[in-house]
Amino acid sequence: MELLQRLLVMLTVLSLLIAILIPLWSLLSKAFLDNKGSYIGFANFLTYFGTPALTRSISHTLFISIVSTLIAVTLAFGYAYGVNRSQIRGKAFFNAIAMLPLFAPTMMHGISLTYLFGNQGLITTGFFGHLPFSVDIHLYGPVGIIISEIIYIFPQAYLIFITALTVTDFRLYEASESLGAGKIRRFLTITLPSIKYGLISAIFVCFTASFTDFGAPQAVGGQYNVLATDIYKQVIGQQNMSMGAVVGIILTIPAFIAFAADRFVERKQRSILSAKSTPYRIGQGKWRDRSFTVFCWVIALAILTPLVTTLYASLIQVWPYKLNFTLAHFDFSHVAAGGLSPFWNSLEVSVLTSVIGTLAAFIFAYFIEKTRYLKGLRQFGYFLSILPLALPGMVVGLAFIFFFNNPNNPLNGIYGTLWIIVLANIVHFYSVPFITATTSLKKLDREFELVSESMRVPFYKTFFRVTVPMSLPAIIEIAVYLFVNSMVTVSAIVFLRPADFNLASVSIVNMDDAGDTAAAAAMASLIVVTNVAVRGIYQWFVRKVRRRTEAWQTHQ
Amino acid sequence: MTIGLYTEFINTIHEPREAIMSQAYLSIKGINKTFGRFQALRNIDLDIDKNEFVCLLGPSGCGKTTLLRIIAGLETPTSGSITVGGRDITLLPPAKRNFGMVFQSYALFPNLTAYQNVAYGLHGRKLSRKEVDKKVCEVLELVDLLHLRNQYPAQLSGGQQQRIALARAIVLSPDFLLLDEPLSALDAKVRVKLRQDIRELQERIGITTIMVTHDQEEALTMADRIVVMQDAKVMQIGSPQEVYEQPKSPFVADFIGAINFIPGENSAPEQAECSQLALRPEHIRIAPQGEGIRSIVRSIEFRGPFYRLSLLLQDEWGRHTEQRITVDVSAHISSHLNLDKDSVVWLELPPEKLISFREPEVVKV
Repeated sequence: MELLQRLLVMLTVLSLLIAILIPLWSLLSKAFLDNKGSYIGFANFLTYFGTPALTRSISHTLFISIVSTLIAVTLAFGYAYGVNRSQIRGKAFFNAIAMLPLFAPTMMHGISLTYLFGNQGLITTGFFGHLPFSVDIHLYGPVGIIISEIIYIFPQAYLIFITALTVTDFRLYEASESLGAGKIRRFLTITLPSIKYGLISAIFVCFTASFTDFGAPQAVGGQYNVLATDIYKQVIGQQNMSMGAVVGIILTIPAFIAFAADRFVERKQRSILSAKSTPYRIGQGKWRDRSFTVFCWVIALAILTPLVTTLYASLIQVWPYKLNFTLAHFDFSHVAAGGLSPFWNSLEVSVLTSVIGTLAAFIFAYFIEKTRYLKGLRQFGYFLSILPLALPGMVVGLAFIFFFNNPNNPLNGIYGTLWIIVLANIVHFYSVPFITATTSLKKLDREFELVSESMRVPFYKTFFRVTVPMSLPAIIEIAVYLFVNSMVTVSAIVFLRPADFNLASVSIVNMDDAGDTAAAAAMASLIVVTNVAVRGIYQWFVRKVRRRTEAWQTHQ
Repeated sequence: MTIGLYTEFINTIHEPREAIMSQAYLSIKGINKTFGRFQALRNIDLDIDKNEFVCLLGPSGCGKTTLLRIIAGLETPTSGSITVGGRDITLLPPAKRNFGMVFQSYALFPNLTAYQNVAYGLHGRKLSRKEVDKKVCEVLELVDLLHLRNQYPAQLSGGQQQRIALARAIVLSPDFLLLDEPLSALDAKVRVKLRQDIRELQERIGITTIMVTHDQEEALTMADRIVVMQDAKVMQIGSPQEVYEQPKSPFVADFIGAINFIPGENSAPEQAECSQLALRPEHIRIAPQGEGIRSIVRSIEFRGPFYRLSLLLQDEWGRHTEQRITVDVSAHISSHLNLDKDSVVWLELPPEKLISFREPEVVKV
């Protein structure tokens, strides 16, 4: 048994090495080679920094990320505060709306903005001339990218704030009120400090996400280049792999800083709550509730409008001239998608990613968390498992090209098949499921494994009979997370898909590039509808599991 | 009457007890354990008889849990050996040691019923379904929980959960039983009841048992023998009466029960070594006025059946000394004394109850 466990731990770490660290290494080393493969030191970096057209992208990207992060974090905090700390009506609705953007590819935010603020946009033309005035925000460029990024990163900041606001101790509020502190003072001395780490974490997450995003700049960036689109142009347009690697490394730097900071914050955050903490009780506040109702509705509409517009645009004949209903755009046979097959391919990839990824994340988390041999190796495995948090999708994709496209690699066979896409997706999204699984496993009594061992029951029996059933909610959550993200992602797989194997999210890029915006909108709508449906099934399933297992649920 | 006079007398009755066992069932020899630079266990020797109930008692961090984990096979000792019934098990994995274990957290599988929890280890042992059923029901009957066999752990009280955990540990007829602070998560009342239950069960099925606890009362009431540990070492091994009445060190005296430390004075100058004397609060008697040692009451604590007085000793001329003394007085006697703060009380320290320590050790009372 002990030997088997040691072997499986080694296997776990080996898989992580092959899937994450070694590809990353090939990317790093590629940056120091010329296109013929000879070592040239920092020459690529010198070329890069000597080309103003390229370096300008750095300041562009920084500008975009800082502005979108500031706006999104502020809005998300207000929204989360309203949902968590006021008595507005329809909290479940507001909560659901805030998550919606997660189900859409970031391309879609760009496309929907085109419909609203583009040259033929609803607002730009003043409701197609029905209004006496019109507003042109000059969408294509930084403005469009920033708005798209805000929509894209808003849910992530919102989720962090909701969690941070929930984790509080009401006794502190009672104590300060009894000491005569006013509302503003309480907010400044209790609320803000208690969400401090959430705030830092939200800023880093949002910054990294907008810094590395590819979809939005691709859709509405116009001539405004950012790092992610640069990689795409270098690799796909100019076949300049080394320069692609250089940009990839630059793209990863802030992500790594954010990663390190987030780890640091995580460690500090632990001991805020004690078992005696009491949950927050919302007091009366008429004006507070009224203002938050208005604020939350404005945000909710701002999220809903683009989505609904895109859906609408995909269902009418020609925007903005023939507004009659049609399903013609969902027949993709005459556009870049070439029929519905990209959608089916995406479904296939997402289901495979979800199933294999869930198995990998949960089983690897189990070996790293619940076995007691090879401590050092397991810690290394843990590090490897959270490393992908710092890897932008484009970097994963690029690293996979370098590693798997090498004819000397015994795994070369999966290059150019659907499997490399599945593997890239799993690696790209691996960390969050891994952390979810680890958290869930940590909640289980440490002694389960020891008890079983003392009863001479093999660990795998306890794994199947106790660990898996106890962790079922986490497992389903992981599966849904992987599915939804594989459906919407573009960045990692845009480099990896075989020529004859298109994917829904990538086909949106192609169709949008080719000017078939309505078809792109239709494909995006399909993805959102699928994701929302999967999420709905998940909710239903979780409720059912809860009810069936009520008898053995302890109050955790 | 000075205390120093009794030193010699006490020393004579204080013979170190050498535990000479002819045939120990579970024998621990020279166990050392280091974690990096930290020494968790230092040269531990312990012999346990068959069917004996032994408590490992000590403050947190003294190494008692590490010792239990080494016996269970969850840690490997740095040196030393463990034999059970003549078989060396030092290097065997837990699965091959044939013990039952009960944890502080119970570690019952929440998604399995009480019955399924107990039956968990019986499957895959070439037993027929009927045999499994018979064994499980027998053991559940033994812990008096057969009627709750279809309940999930979350539906049982803490005490019931602990009894199921016990049933699960003994159903495999292990050679010995390890209990890791099994009662510390329970309410005071349930704890007292479960002490008796566990002890009764242990005697009935006759199983060698080692229990780790930091609760001296638990150790005193349950154990055949107590192993007092401190700082990775065994300080004393003995029956509850022995460790209570004849503690070998100030630490043991202080850790188990309440105690007064009194500096010993050697009247004979040739005895240069300084010794320390100790006396339990309940052994000190209130003397008639003018007899014994004069003291003044600093505080009175009502403890239900008795009062605990905190006193300050005075010298012959009625001046305060630094020496504080704690005395327990039964409620019955106390009612005759009219005790109040600052009232004067005369104490009698019965010589036969005095405990002396030869090695001078600085212990704060």
